[in-house]
Amino acid sequence: MRLPLLSFQVAADQQGSLTADIMELQAVLMAAGGGSRMTDLTYNTPKPMLPVGNKPLMWYPLNLLERVGFEEVIVITTKEVQKMMVTDPKMKVDVKMKLDVVCIQEDGDMGTADALRHIQQKIKTDVLVVSCDLITDVALHEVVDLFRAHNATLAMLMSNAHEFTETVPGQKGKKKTAEQRDFVGVDQSGKRLLFMANEADLEDGLSIRKSIMRKHPRMHIKTGLVDAHLYCLKKAVVDFLADNKSISSIRGELVPYLVRKQFSKTTSSPKIKDDAENQNQKTNDGSTNHELLISSRDEPLLQLAQERSCWNDHRGDMSEAYHGGKLRCYVHIIDQGLCCRVNTLAAYIEANRLAPKLFEEPAVHPSAVISERCQMGSDSIIGALCQVADKTSIKRSTLGNSTTVKEKVKVTNSIIMHGVTIEEGCNIQGSVICSNAVIGRGADLKYCLVGNGQRIEPEAERTNEVIVGTDQLMEI
Amino acid sequence: MADSGVTDEPGSKDDGHRAKTEGKELTKEEKQRLRKEKKQQKKNKEKKDEKASQESEKKRNREEKPVSAAAPASQPPTQPSTQKVPAPAPVPVPVSETPALADKPAKSKAELKAERRARQEAERASKQASTSKPKAPPSELQPVVKRLPEHVQVDNPGVLKKLAKKLERQQTPGCNAATNVKIPLRSDYGYKVSLFSHLHQYSRKAPLTQQLSIPSTVIHPAIVRLGLQYSQGIVAGSNARSVALLHAFRQVIRDYTTPPNEELSRDLVNKLKPYISFLNQCRPLSASMGNAIKYIKKEISNIPCQCKEEEAKSQLLSSIKCYIDEKIILAAKAIAKSSIEKISNGDVILVYGCSSLVNHILCEAFEKNIKFRVIVVDSRPRLEGREALRRLVQRGISCTYVLISAVSYILPEVSKVFLGAHALLANGYVMSRVGTSQIALVAKAFNVPVLVCCETYKFCERVQTDSFVSNELDDPDDLIVTRKGKTQLEHWQDVPSLGLLNLVYDVTPPDFVDLVITDLGMIPCTSVPVVLRVKNVDQ
Repeated sequence: MRLPLLSFQVAADQQGSLTADIMELQAVLMAAGGGSRMTDLTYNTPKPMLPVGNKPLMWYPLNLLERVGFEEVIVITTKEVQKMMVTDPKMKVDVKMKLDVVCIQEDGDMGTADALRHIQQKIKTDVLVVSCDLITDVALHEVVDLFRAHNATLAMLMSNAHEFTETVPGQKGKKKTAEQRDFVGVDQSGKRLLFMANEADLEDGLSIRKSIMRKHPRMHIKTGLVDAHLYCLKKAVVDFLADNKSISSIRGELVPYLVRKQFSKTTSSPKIKDDAENQNQKTNDGSTNHELLISSRDEPLLQLAQERSCWNDHRGDMSEAYHGGKLRCYVHIIDQGLCCRVNTLAAYIEANRLAPKLFEEPAVHPSAVISERCQMGSDSIIGALCQVADKTSIKRSTLGNSTTVKEKVKVTNSIIMHGVTIEEGCNIQGSVICSNAVIGRGADLKYCLVGNGQRIEPEAERTNEVIVGTDQLMEI
Repeated sequence: MADSGVTDEPGSKDDGHRAKTEGKELTKEEKQRLRKEKKQQKKNKEKKDEKASQESEKKRNREEKPVSAAAPASQPPTQPSTQKVPAPAPVPVPVSETPALADKPAKSKAELKAERRARQEAERASKQASTSKPKAPPSELQPVVKRLPEHVQVDNPGVLKKLAKKLERQQTPGCNAATNVKIPLRSDYGYKVSLFSHLHQYSRKAPLTQQLSIPSTVIHPAIVRLGLQYSQGIVAGSNARSVALLHAFRQVIRDYTTPPNEELSRDLVNKLKPYISFLNQCRPLSASMGNAIKYIKKEISNIPCQCKEEEAKSQLLSSIKCYIDEKIILAAKAIAKSSIEKISNGDVILVYGCSSLVNHILCEAFEKNIKFRVIVVDSRPRLEGREALRRLVQRGISCTYVLISAVSYILPEVSKVFLGAHALLANGYVMSRVGTSQIALVAKAFNVPVLVCCETYKFCERVQTDSFVSNELDDPDDLIVTRKGKTQLEHWQDVPSLGLLNLVYDVTPPDFVDLVITDLGMIPCTSVPVVLRVKNVDQ
């Protein structure tokens, strides 16, 4: 799918009326994640800088934000990634937005909500939180329009997932759905988020409160959805996070909390402030004891407009629009198009397959040296400064920058990262070769994963193996 | 003609002087007039020569006051202002007897006539300088061409191009003429019925926001939110739209800072223009919104220059609040008070659709313990009556619900019909939700009184006698309905001869309306122009 370039004209100077104070949305990119589910790939290269289609992974969400019109992004990442970002040619040249990099410790104790709390001072308006491992071509205005039109507290993006069909290297046996399912409940229109829980949190079974059923008698519960980790949050939520230090993950704790809070009695009643004191005693979420105060300037005028408007979001009962609730959570579910979160090896391989199709860039980098007697399939990507010798065959693969491929090599269905040397006569099929590895002559690798800087001895024959260094094996 | 000459001259003398003093402003017009005069003089000379020669032959025997008149009259008529205008209208009176003098008096008569015409032209020119309407000179008969507003010329590609350019060029004046605020143009959707091809028809699935950048920098976020709410129908109804508009403008004013070399009174109005075009693209503005915008613009331009920004902003905010309080909230109270006199025990009241004002009236009447029941009439595709039904039943009023196709069945039970209005036009027509004129027609046929409730801020100076000229076309896909799993109209676009028409408004003639209840009192429909006149005088 080709992405259209949005062309719009932004005022050359600020015209005195729209200053930074009344920006509508601030973008925050979470790039400090460790890639805990694909340690084989990430033990040397941090996840945000993993190459996908020869571009670093975090380039994709940044490109999405830039295309849509953001001019500034706050990037929360580690020092290591920051260093790599500065040296990476793609990031320097292609990303024209102003990146405000905030570094946090690498120890991995900081969850996404903790990170948001860390930058609370920089947040002046509503935020759009994006994860660095999201590759998508969704029309972002759909999510943001839900956020705007309904004055929502939370708007998020989800996608109907599809099974990964490629064989994953290093996988022994049939792939089991090791991850626990997420149950997502939406109302009849498919936009309003009513229920969200992970299988791990539901001990006895899925229980839904009667108050929710009374307000929304028809609920669709879906399990196959992939959360894109793209959230629009109101500023009040960030302030609430600052007071409630017990919430550490946006996806794991904050979102289910907000979804539950939609139907709690205090936010449904107009007198929020009066109940704030009572709430301290009656709270059933024992850990959070500060109220989420959602109000806006000119509240009475807004009320008047809503009263006089002849619109209701539901029908069949006696309540007004939104059942009088002020806290609303919305979700946009996409069926078509690409929305991929690269957090497992299978997803990584899938992303490498699909991501290059998003952009209209030439498959072969102009600085690559490809000999004429090389057979190259049309869906292969060759990076910069590659050297591909004669009589090689490269099909459905990605070659990273500065890779050397000698004669008579056959590469099929594989991902080769930067700086790899593949000697003559090798046969690589369905594998992932990480940076700076060297594959000896005549090696035959099928469905293997070769870690960073590894050397495969000549004439080796490996099938379905993960070849990493001994130092990595020591990490838990 | 002699008398007219007498009355002409002192007046024309003054006008002449005025023409002289206003000479600089009038030069262009004056020059045009003079050119025309000269042409006419030439023509008339030829004509009058013949006439004069005939007349002079006829009236050769008459005495004239001529010579003294002739002499000054012979002076060139092109300098009427500098002359002392000759004494009365011997000008038209035929002059000398002798054929020898025939030429001279003939000429002088022609000249005098031309002179008088010149004076009259000068008078007219000076009058036109004081008024602002250019009129075609009466000697030239021109057909009066009425200029149509752009929003009803959608089928004219030239006008569309102009509109697109105008949206691109909506500039903020100031030091940089290069800074443009570009509002995207929303494209029409689907096949339009030919009778309404001059109107826009948009699709709800293609919002204007997909062409804007996401953190909206060009348009204030409150306005983007408002535009979205309009186009999705979340804020619907004339009063709700105006209140939401004023609320958004309050945000804009609060966040506004005057750029360095600008004045708030001028710059803020220019800032609002692109916002208003944006909102117009999302959904065509209603009459009440138009009046509210006029009021705000007037308030902004009336801010004195030496006023500090903070003061000016707080003044504007309070005047907006005042407007809402007076024109909407208090007006509703006043209308409710008058209407309650018209509702008596045992009444069966018919209402159509969901009018916030009518609902308010009925709730107030119920509070006053008047025993009545309500029949709510509803129509597709909006089905707004359900919302009215919910609000009334929630208060405890007993209601009946029918669709508009059953209105002639239910009308024998009805004692009064209360209708809300979107706008009241200057010729007494009521513009309201489509279907209102039907209800009024059937009610008239059954001799049931029809009362329209409308606040004065919805009064509009437009004149319309039919629903075609100016209307709004809603999304045609709203008419598609799924029954028993089948959606018949799903592929309506593939059928070339099929068009779906989803009209929003219609006009009801004043013959069907018995009374209009406004905050100024209960007036007949035909008094609307009076109210408008009084309002304009007030302002």
